[in-house]
Amino acid sequence: MIQIRCPWCGPRSGDEFTFERPMDSLVTLDAPAEVAMARLYTRENPRGLSWELWRHAYGCRAWIRVSRDTATHEIAEVALLEGEP
Amino acid sequence: VTARWRLPTGGVIDRSRPITFNFDGRAYQGFAGDTLASALLAHGVKLLGRSFKYHRPRGILSAGVEEPNALVSVGEGGRYEPNTRATDVFIYEGLTAVSQNRWPSLAFDLGSVNRLIARFIPAGFYYKTFFGGPRLWLFFEHFIRRAAGLGKAPRRPDPDAFEHRAAFCDVLVVGAGPAGLAAAEEAVAAGQRVILVEQDRRDMEGTGQRIAAAGGRVLTRTTAAGFWDHGLVTLVQRLVEAGQAPGKDGLVQRLWRVRAGRVILATGAIERPLLFSGNDTPGVMLSSAVRAYVQRFAVLPGQRVVIATCNDDGYATALAVLEAGGQIAALLDSRPSADGDIVGKVKERAPVHFGALPLAATGGAGGVTGLEALADGRVLRLACDLIAVSGGFTPVTHLHMQAGGTLAWNEALAAFVPAAARQGQVSVGAGAGEGLPAGFSYDPAPGVRLKTAFVDYQNDVTVADLDLAWREGYRSVEHMKRYTTLGMATDQGKTSNLMGLARLAKAEGRPMPEVGLTTFRPPYTPVTLGTLAGEAVGDDVAPHRYLPLHARHLKAGALWQPSGYWSRPRAFPRPGESLEVAALREARSVRVTLGLTDVSSLAKFEIAGPDAAAFLERVCATTAAKLAVGRGRYTFMLREDGFVFDDGTLWRLAEQRYLLTSSTGGADRMTAHLSYVRRVLAPEMRVSVVGVQEHWGAAALAGPFARACVHELMESEAPRHMSATTGRIADIPVMVLAVSYSGERAFEIYAAAPDIDPVWTALACATLARGGALYGLEALELLRIEKGHPEVGAEIDGRRTPADLGLAKMLNPRGGYVGAAGLSRPALQAKDRQTLVGLVSGEPIPEGAMLAPSAGADPEGHVSSSGPRLTGQGAVALGLLARGGERMGETLLARSPTRGKTAQVRVVAPHFHDPAGERYRD
Repeated sequence: MIQIRCPWCGPRSGDEFTFERPMDSLVTLDAPAEVAMARLYTRENPRGLSWELWRHAYGCRAWIRVSRDTATHEIAEVALLEGEP
Repeated sequence: VTARWRLPTGGVIDRSRPITFNFDGRAYQGFAGDTLASALLAHGVKLLGRSFKYHRPRGILSAGVEEPNALVSVGEGGRYEPNTRATDVFIYEGLTAVSQNRWPSLAFDLGSVNRLIARFIPAGFYYKTFFGGPRLWLFFEHFIRRAAGLGKAPRRPDPDAFEHRAAFCDVLVVGAGPAGLAAAEEAVAAGQRVILVEQDRRDMEGTGQRIAAAGGRVLTRTTAAGFWDHGLVTLVQRLVEAGQAPGKDGLVQRLWRVRAGRVILATGAIERPLLFSGNDTPGVMLSSAVRAYVQRFAVLPGQRVVIATCNDDGYATALAVLEAGGQIAALLDSRPSADGDIVGKVKERAPVHFGALPLAATGGAGGVTGLEALADGRVLRLACDLIAVSGGFTPVTHLHMQAGGTLAWNEALAAFVPAAARQGQVSVGAGAGEGLPAGFSYDPAPGVRLKTAFVDYQNDVTVADLDLAWREGYRSVEHMKRYTTLGMATDQGKTSNLMGLARLAKAEGRPMPEVGLTTFRPPYTPVTLGTLAGEAVGDDVAPHRYLPLHARHLKAGALWQPSGYWSRPRAFPRPGESLEVAALREARSVRVTLGLTDVSSLAKFEIAGPDAAAFLERVCATTAAKLAVGRGRYTFMLREDGFVFDDGTLWRLAEQRYLLTSSTGGADRMTAHLSYVRRVLAPEMRVSVVGVQEHWGAAALAGPFARACVHELMESEAPRHMSATTGRIADIPVMVLAVSYSGERAFEIYAAAPDIDPVWTALACATLARGGALYGLEALELLRIEKGHPEVGAEIDGRRTPADLGLAKMLNPRGGYVGAAGLSRPALQAKDRQTLVGLVSGEPIPEGAMLAPSAGADPEGHVSSSGPRLTGQGAVALGLLARGGERMGETLLARSPTRGKTAQVRVVAPHFHDPAGERYRD
């Protein structure tokens, strides 16, 4: 079980968080179909650091960006999603 | 029974506290501080079990958790643990243990005929039966399954309690040997909060007090079972021994989740046996284990001892045996020579042979009787009743490796020691390879019969098996492991893995570190499932939420059905009524008169703000802005890939305020989805989304008399279909939504959850007074099937587009909703997709059945929900069928091999009742 440092709540056990998706598979509402499908289905799956979108669902419910190493789970950086209060 | 192998003095046992226990139906006596193994050895019991594959007699190899042989079942009834290591259970009054894998008895075991056919069940035997074609596997499967497994699983529920706890510390020290104690003392002296864990029993009062004074704790009989990520270590604490009744709190084990700032691993080392024929005979024991039995438990497990070693450890054991009054028949040292104090001391008192190698043990179920060895250029035949062996030491690096560490090769030990750490874990003492006697032996002597030289005792893997696997082309250590099952038993190869690796390296002609190691996975020692479950058993498996009307439904005799976190009434049977009969009566009463049901648990969201309509047109695939104030509509939501994932109703309560309802079970998912769209996709929107699921209590009143009933109770006109209004019922403010799920005129009546009770009571009285009935989920299901409404989980199963479900006309023509892009994919527009159809039959239609034109044909769809026709005869069902829209009137077979039922069905439109909605439209 990983531990994530929520920008609001501090270090918390990973089971308080839900994983949403890697940031590069985020599909904006106005994305053309080809772009949307490419981001969902043919994206890179890197070994190493990857920015991901998580939510402190069983805590303060903030959406956060987490830079996590997909091979080791090491977390390099955590930030609030832009536009979060 | 006399304990004739017990020494008159010494040992860390309490001779003032005798304990009586039972093994295989016979009573024995030991002392407090004895393990089951030491207490049995004290009585000269050497045979403890039969091996997995060949049913060979097996005794006690070790004095610790690495024990591969001496597995017993401990306890009785539900308080019972199979595959317990006799070396890892301390005796208590009344302990009952039985040996395993033997029938009818341990001494006379019929399964041992497997030894005679050993040549037919070599390494990779299972795989070979697969490749022999299905018939060969089917022939052997029966026998393999019967023979598989060691102990028997408990048959009764566990009567005891387990709990989970979380803890934090600056430093977690695993292992309370000298290195661990020193590390703990050092950390405490530096002012740090320490948790010290020891899997054995150990008295450490001084250190313990200092740790406690600094805010830490000492946990004994506690195993660090897994090292996970970010400093998380799981500990399994035994509060009582296997099979032992718990104290007042009822707890038998506790799982700790410790998040540690730093972890110090003082996990020690495990001795390896030597490879010779019959090295698994009872009475062959690890050298350090013999010493432990003599010195800690005051048991001399043999009177005439042969020691076979490759390092100085054997000499220490020789001295311990001599001190205890035993006789050393010979000490065989594989090294060409050795000197030093300890060697000299032994040489003075016993025959020592250098360059000597064991060839074969003689003996059987009664224990070893002798050892043939190669010494001084000839074969020695040594009579003995105990063989102490040392093949060298393997540092315990399991936790270090689970934490993502790497290993380095240590030449002197010929073993791996911890190298780089990923989580700052530090290994100290023997676990780091420090202070271990140098010297190792992996090679069997020339002339050893390899088919009976065991590497993995628990899975009966011999040197010959490993050689065979290599000859058959298994080069990777991971492949060899799986092919031969080396290291895959409950001991996970603690004593055997390196020996197997050495054999592979030798065959390959490569150095051992190049061959590599298999992966170390948690748990370090087996963990009983109850410990992992903790408190999450029975009703406590998941959080439970109660409907605001729970008590009222209980009084009305509700049968319950889990739905999301809730229990909802499934039916309200009258005395003597079955569920089916009750549901039919309740559903028919909705069709004919009136029915009342609880819909409080539906997911509900209030969406408000200037951009509320725009926001909803992102979340919902239907329109929302066009909805007039006071009106409602059916709506559904898509995932990004274009598939429908939930549905519900949408109500415009005010210009900038909406109420959205969706399915009970999907509430969490919808909450997360709304938050995702709101925060991530549309952060610029001025809108608030509030979950109001538990704010509202809600009842649905449905049936031909519903309108009159609402009118009477509200003392005002009931709202028109798909309209909302407010008023009072039983003097409580209510919101009334006219919406039908059942196919009858119906109203959902909302009140603040704490106030719903009088509203429900008024509605229930009015319903019963008109000859109606309360109804539950089962009747609701029958009604909606007959009406042809798709349901989340049945028809809306995550693979359906709006068009598949007949909802395409409702899509927002302007697009812009989540899923619009996914929906445009060619595969989702294909003509041969399965679509929602109705099915009718004169006989019951099995749910889940495959739909095909004939018995032999490939299935072209399935039955998603079915039930009896409420008005009329026969059965109706909904299904998903390829090109369903073009196949009206076709006759198909609905075949369910799992239920063993088949029905002939006719394809019709998915509306069996009032297709035009005349019964509730205005």
